[in-house]
Amino acid sequence: MSSHRTGSRGVDSDFLALPLNQLADAALSAAIAGGASYADLRVHAITTEIVQLRDGELESAVLDREIGLAVRVIVDGTWGFASHAGLRPDIAAESARHAVGVAVTLAALNAERIELADEPVYRDATWVSDYRIDPFAIPTDEKVALLAEYSGRLLASDGVDHVSAMVNTVKEQTFYADTFGSSITQQRVRTMPALEAVAVDAAAGSFESMRTLAPPTGRGWETLADDTVWDWSVELAELPSLLAEKTKSPSVIAGPTDLVIDPTNLWLTIHESIGHATEYDRAIGYEAAYAGTSFATPDKLNTMRYGSPVMNVTADRTAEFGLATIGYDAEGVAAQRWDLVRDGIFVGYQLDRVFAKRLGQARSNGCSYADSAHHVPIQRMPNVSLQPGSDDLSTEDLIRRVTDGIYIVGDKSWSIDMQRYNFQFTGQRFFRIRDGSLDGQLRDVAYQATTTDFWNSMEAVGGASTWRLGGAFNCGKAQPGQVAAVSHGCPSALFRGVNVLNTREESGR
Amino acid sequence: MIPAQQVIDLALQAAATFGRCDETIVIVSDRAEASLRWAGNSMTTNGVSTGRTTTVIAIVRRGDAAHLGVRRSSVVDTDAVGPLVAAAADAAHAAPEARDNAPLLTGSGEPADWGDPVPGTGVGAFAEVARALSAGFRGNDRLYGFAHHVVETTLVATSTGVRRRFTQPTGSVEINAKRGTASAWTGVSTPWFTDVPIDAMLEDLSTRLGWARRTVELPAGRFETLMPPSTVADMMIYLGWSMDGRGAQEGRTALSAPGGGTRVGEKLTDLGLTMYSDPLAPGLECAPFVHTAAGSERLSAFDNGMDIDRVDWIRDGTISSLVYPRATAAEFDVTPAAPADNLLMTGGTASLAEMVAATERGLLLTTLWYIRTVDPTTLLLTGLTRDGVYLIEDGEVTAAVNNFRFNESPLDLLRRATEAGVAETTLPREWGDWATRAVMPTLRIPDFHMSSVSQAQ
Repeated sequence: MSSHRTGSRGVDSDFLALPLNQLADAALSAAIAGGASYADLRVHAITTEIVQLRDGELESAVLDREIGLAVRVIVDGTWGFASHAGLRPDIAAESARHAVGVAVTLAALNAERIELADEPVYRDATWVSDYRIDPFAIPTDEKVALLAEYSGRLLASDGVDHVSAMVNTVKEQTFYADTFGSSITQQRVRTMPALEAVAVDAAAGSFESMRTLAPPTGRGWETLADDTVWDWSVELAELPSLLAEKTKSPSVIAGPTDLVIDPTNLWLTIHESIGHATEYDRAIGYEAAYAGTSFATPDKLNTMRYGSPVMNVTADRTAEFGLATIGYDAEGVAAQRWDLVRDGIFVGYQLDRVFAKRLGQARSNGCSYADSAHHVPIQRMPNVSLQPGSDDLSTEDLIRRVTDGIYIVGDKSWSIDMQRYNFQFTGQRFFRIRDGSLDGQLRDVAYQATTTDFWNSMEAVGGASTWRLGGAFNCGKAQPGQVAAVSHGCPSALFRGVNVLNTREESGR
Repeated sequence: MIPAQQVIDLALQAAATFGRCDETIVIVSDRAEASLRWAGNSMTTNGVSTGRTTTVIAIVRRGDAAHLGVRRSSVVDTDAVGPLVAAAADAAHAAPEARDNAPLLTGSGEPADWGDPVPGTGVGAFAEVARALSAGFRGNDRLYGFAHHVVETTLVATSTGVRRRFTQPTGSVEINAKRGTASAWTGVSTPWFTDVPIDAMLEDLSTRLGWARRTVELPAGRFETLMPPSTVADMMIYLGWSMDGRGAQEGRTALSAPGGGTRVGEKLTDLGLTMYSDPLAPGLECAPFVHTAAGSERLSAFDNGMDIDRVDWIRDGTISSLVYPRATAAEFDVTPAAPADNLLMTGGTASLAEMVAATERGLLLTTLWYIRTVDPTTLLLTGLTRDGVYLIEDGEVTAAVNNFRFNESPLDLLRRATEAGVAETTLPREWGDWATRAVMPTLRIPDFHMSSVSQAQ
C-alpha cells in the first residue's frame, strides 16, 4: 500500500495558472493519434537560487527558473521522448509528434519491448512537501546577509584564514498526466547550506580545511534562519577550535582499524555502496557504459549476505524531510517504503514501472524521476537508510567498545568502482579512540574497503537517538547526465578492522 | 519562440526604459539536443529537446562600488522578458558590493552572423551511427553506449555595446562492449556527427576483447604504466580546473608555493610538455569569449564578452599561468587569463603501438573512472581503472589484468613521466559530461600507484 503525506501548503498559484490540462489534452491526444500505445506529459519547473560568499563577501547569487514540458510515448514497444521550453498546447502536440517520431525511427533497433507495471489511477491528485518557510519568499539580500554573518563568526576566530559559504535552495513543481487517466500536481523544496573554514600555513605551503556538518534537507529557509533545525550557534563556535586542533594533529598510521562512523559520514557510504548497488537498472546493465552495473545481480536477491545481521536497510520515498520524498513518482506511482536489506540479507531493488514488470513484480515501488523537463525519467534512488538497533546504544557506547580506533565525522571525498565493490572515503574530522575514549584528532585519513566486507564487519549499530538524516543534492546518473537529491538516514555504527590509508603516504610523501 | 536576438533587444530596451540600473548584460543560449542510448544490443532511452536560457545581469554603480543582480529563466514567453529585467534590477539594488567589480567591456557592434537563425539538431544526426550500430547489435558481443549531440548558440549583449555570438556543437559517441566477463570501451568526440568511425570502433573493441582471452591477476602496487590519451585528459582536466589564481595566491591550493605565492615558474618535467587551452584549436573550436551568469574564482560576470585567447598553463614543462578574471588579476598584479572550453597537451612522436613495443613489462590502461580529490594540498586524486587494463610483456599486449583503485596527483604524474607519445584528439571518459574537447599524448609513468585491487569487471 502507498503511504504518503500532504503538507499544509498548496501548490503555488503561478504554477497552477499554467494551462496544464490543455497541455495534457493536446500532448496525449496527439501522441495517441500518432500511434502511441501510451503517453505521459510532464510540466516541470525547477527554481534554484545559489548564493556563494568568500571571506564574507558576495561572490555569486543567481536565481534561476527553468520550466518546460516533456512528452514520453511508447510506440510499438519502443520509447520516444521530446521536450520543449514552450508551454502552449500546439507546442505540446508538436512535441508529442516528435516523441512518436523518435520511437518510430529507432524501433528497428529495439529488441526489448517496453511494458509498464499496473498502478492505480490518481485523478487530480495534489501533494506538497512539508516546509515552514518558502526559501523563495526570502529576498536574496537576506540570504547574503545571513551567510555573511555566519562567515564573520568563523573569520573572527584565530587560525581561520579563509571562509567559503554557500546555500542552494530549490523549489520543484511538476504536473503529470498520462493516458491511463492520472493527473498529479506536486511541489517540494530543499535547502543545502555549507560553510568551510581554511587554515593556511604559508611557510610550509600547506593548508587544512573543515566544513560544517549541517546536511541538505527537504525543508525550507528554516534550515538556516535560526538554531531550531540545526544548531548553527554551537557548530560555528566549535569549528575554529576543531580546525586548529586538526592542523596540529598527528598523521594516521595506516592499517586495519576499528572505526566508529558518525551518521554525518556514513550516509555517503550508504549512498554509494547500498543505494546505487540496489538500483535494478544498473543490475541488469542499463548503466553499463556510464554509471556502471552492480554486484547485487537479480540471481542474488533474497540469498546474498550483504552485511552482518544488524544491517537493516530501507528504501523510503515517504521519509520526513527526505530529499527524495514525494507523493508520486515521475510515472504516477504513489510513494512507498520497503526493505532493501533485512537482517543482513539482500531482499529488495529500486524499480520503476518498466523494471517492476521485468522483475516480475506486480507494482513499481515508485523510483522514477527526471531532473528537468528536458530529460527522460529514469530509475532514481529513493531515500535509502540504515535502521537503528533496538538496544539504543549511544555513540559513546560504541566508542567504549574500541581499544584503538578512529571515530569519523563528516563527509568529504568519495569514490567507488563501477560495480560498487571497491570504495574509498575520507571525512572532515577523525578522532583517535584509545581505550574507549576520544583522544584528540588525526590527519590524512581515508578508509578503503570492498562493500560486502565492510558491511559484514559492522559489529553494532547505534540506537534511534544516534540516527540522523544526511544526503546530497547532486547524485549523478544516466546519459545525458541527470542529478537527483536524496537523503540517507543512519545511526552511528561500529566496524572492525577496516583498511585505513594514510593519504600522505598514498601520494608518496 | 521568438528569435534570441529579439529577446536581447527586448531586454535591453526594457532595462533602458526602466532606467533603474547603470548597465545591463543579457545572455541568451538556445540549445537543441538529441540523444541515443543503448544497452545489451537494444535501444533504451532516446529523445530530443529544445530549450532556451535567458540571463539578465543588472549592475548598479555607486561611486567605486558595483552591485550585481542576476536572474535567469528558461521561460520563452515574450511577456516574461520585462519582469526578468525588473527582477534583476531589484536584486542589484539590494545586493552588497560585488568583490569582482570591473568596468564592462565596450563593443564595436554586431558580428556578421548576429542575425542568422540558430542551428539545431535532432535524431536525424544519428542516421549513419544507427545504421552502423545495427550491424554491431547483430554481433556476438553485448554493446552498451550513448550518442549525444548538442548544438548551443549563445549570444551576449551589453548595454555598453558588446555583441558576441558563438554556436557550439558538441557531440560524442561512446561504446562499451562485453564478451563473457571482459569489458572494453572506446569513444570519440564529433562536433557535427559527420565522421563517426563506428565500424573501426567496433573493430578496436573486438581487438581489446580478444586481448582478454588470457587474464592475469595482479596485486596492488606500483607499475610501469602507459596512460593513453583519454586517461591523461581526465587527470589533466582536473588539474586545469584546479588552477585558480586566487586560491593559489592565498595558499589554499596545490598550486600554492611554500613560503607564499604560487608555483608558477616551477619546472614539472623535462619532457617539454605544454598544456594549453585555445578556442581556435582546429577541430576543438569553442567560444572565444567569456559568457557566464555566475561569478566564481575562475570567471567574473563583469568580464562577459571578454576575449578568450590561447593560454599556456604549462609551457615546456614549467607551470606558466593560472586562471584570473580581470578584477582578481588586478588585485594580484598579474595578467588576466580565461580558460577556453578545451584542453590540449603537446607530446612526443611515438605512437601508442611504438610505446607498447618499447615496454618490457607494464600496464596499458583504457579509461579512468570516479576521480575525486583525496588531498587538496597535493592534488592527490583517487579513482579506478575501467573497461580494460592490459598486461604488456616484451613489447606486446599479452593479457587482461584486474582493475585497480589508484591514488595519484596529476602534478606528480607530470613530475614522474618518462615519455610522452604523440598527441591526439581524445574523449575524456570521466569528465565527458562537461569536457569533450581534448588533445592529449600517451604518458609513460614508471611507477603508477595502484592502491588496491577492484573486483569490478
